[in-house]
Amino acid sequence: MYRNMKEMADLAIEKGVPLSDIILENEMGRFGTSRKEIYEKLRERYQVMERAAAKALESPLPTVGGLITGNSRTQYQYAAGGGKTVCGSFLNLVMARALSCSEVNASMGRICAAPTAGACGIVPAVLVSYVEEHGLSEEEALNGLMTASGVGAVIMKNATVAGAEGGCQAECGVAAAMAAAAVVQLAGGGPEVSLHAICFALMNCMGLVCDPVAGLVQIPCAQRNASQAVNALLSADLALAGMKSWIPADEVIDAMYRVGRQLPLQLRETALGGIAATRSGKEITRRIFGSHEE
Amino acid sequence: MDISIFEAVGPLMIGPSSSHTAGAARLGRAAAAIVTEPFTRVSFGLYGSFAKTYKGHGTDIALVAGVLGMEEDEEELRHAFKIAKERGLAFDFYQADLEGMHENSVRITFYTESGREREILGSSLGGGQILICGIDGFPVEMRLNTNTLFVLQEDRKGVIYRITRILARNEINIGTMTVTREEKGARACCVIETDSLIGEDVMDAIRGVEYVHQAQAIKID
Repeated sequence: MYRNMKEMADLAIEKGVPLSDIILENEMGRFGTSRKEIYEKLRERYQVMERAAAKALESPLPTVGGLITGNSRTQYQYAAGGGKTVCGSFLNLVMARALSCSEVNASMGRICAAPTAGACGIVPAVLVSYVEEHGLSEEEALNGLMTASGVGAVIMKNATVAGAEGGCQAECGVAAAMAAAAVVQLAGGGPEVSLHAICFALMNCMGLVCDPVAGLVQIPCAQRNASQAVNALLSADLALAGMKSWIPADEVIDAMYRVGRQLPLQLRETALGGIAATRSGKEITRRIFGSHEE
Repeated sequence: MDISIFEAVGPLMIGPSSSHTAGAARLGRAAAAIVTEPFTRVSFGLYGSFAKTYKGHGTDIALVAGVLGMEEDEEELRHAFKIAKERGLAFDFYQADLEGMHENSVRITFYTESGREREILGSSLGGGQILICGIDGFPVEMRLNTNTLFVLQEDRKGVIYRITRILARNEINIGTMTVTREEKGARACCVIETDSLIGEDVMDAIRGVEYVHQAQAIKID
């Protein structure tokens, strides 16, 4: 039916339907799964996302080395405290939810990889917050998740979502692109607007490296989940406002893939470069694992 | 688009890593399913990135959870050490030299109640996907995403024919099939992926084929 973003969007435009309809049709046709089964699986995933996005907001969770324990609660209190914030309470709540997912993941809690475990906070934080803010129905939320998933599948097909292959841009960046496309649809933007949002989300973080301190999925992964959730929202707004990407989505995805492969090994999930290789990063590694694990 | 949306959003799992936690749990579960008989002790030889970063990713906990039969999205997974102790299962970890294997690999040795030692080799390929690479010293390649039949036999003509005839007579369609052997006339192994579940009666018939030493249907998910 479709092999890339342009073909997917063209089908939707031709039929006058949202991207999620085309993605649903492909999933049913290609894998013989019924509409009911697909929505049930999406619902199960969405519920796990909702729980992960809420779990650490009020109670800190234990993590190896305690590197990100309590971050979510701090952000949540700041967001909900009624005091002045720079970005407003909505964006701060989005970040708190992304941090919650990261904290749940690092504490060996239950999450839904989207597209990976390390990037599991972005799609939930964006979707749950947007759905709540605008009082959308469960069906709309699931259609948003369908669009996010379909965009992720196309990127898996034509590029990569593995940090070891493409760096953080391929994990958190792709999650931002997935969430941006979904939010555009929920906000009433057409398929071509979703594609522009995908472009902006990936352009905004092109080249972002994967450099986890001590090899743990905590620093700077949690911060990247928070910032890429915001990237998803602002990319959606850029596209919804009318900005068009001069570079088509499929070319941007290809560029992301090529940049990922050009990254040296040290910056692809090996914990040998970037933030992981700083003096303090190495010190944390020694503190947690002892000297032999540097 | 031949990639399912549930590969992009999923699996549901216990964090923090799909390769080091979810994949490890799946490897443990697959290994125990291959061994089938009860065991009292398990020894895990960790290699590569598994050996280097297992503590931070809970790979050790996930492996034990897996051999206990827990699934990779069970909240109880993190308590696997405690649960193993309650069930009287002893376990230990060591660094194994599995040169040439995938970066995330493990050798799992089961000490069974009947006094046997069974050894399974496996790798975690990322995204929760696994590959079983060895069973009791015999090299195999099993991903176990679907119904899989594992047969250990002698390399004699007609054995494969008799096995596949039994499957055909029971209306079981073969998806993929790999036959390997140590050398001509020695031990051979046959891994068959089928579209439908293989019942115990079919398995008994396959076990009854001359020169078949061991046959097992394995399904995990």
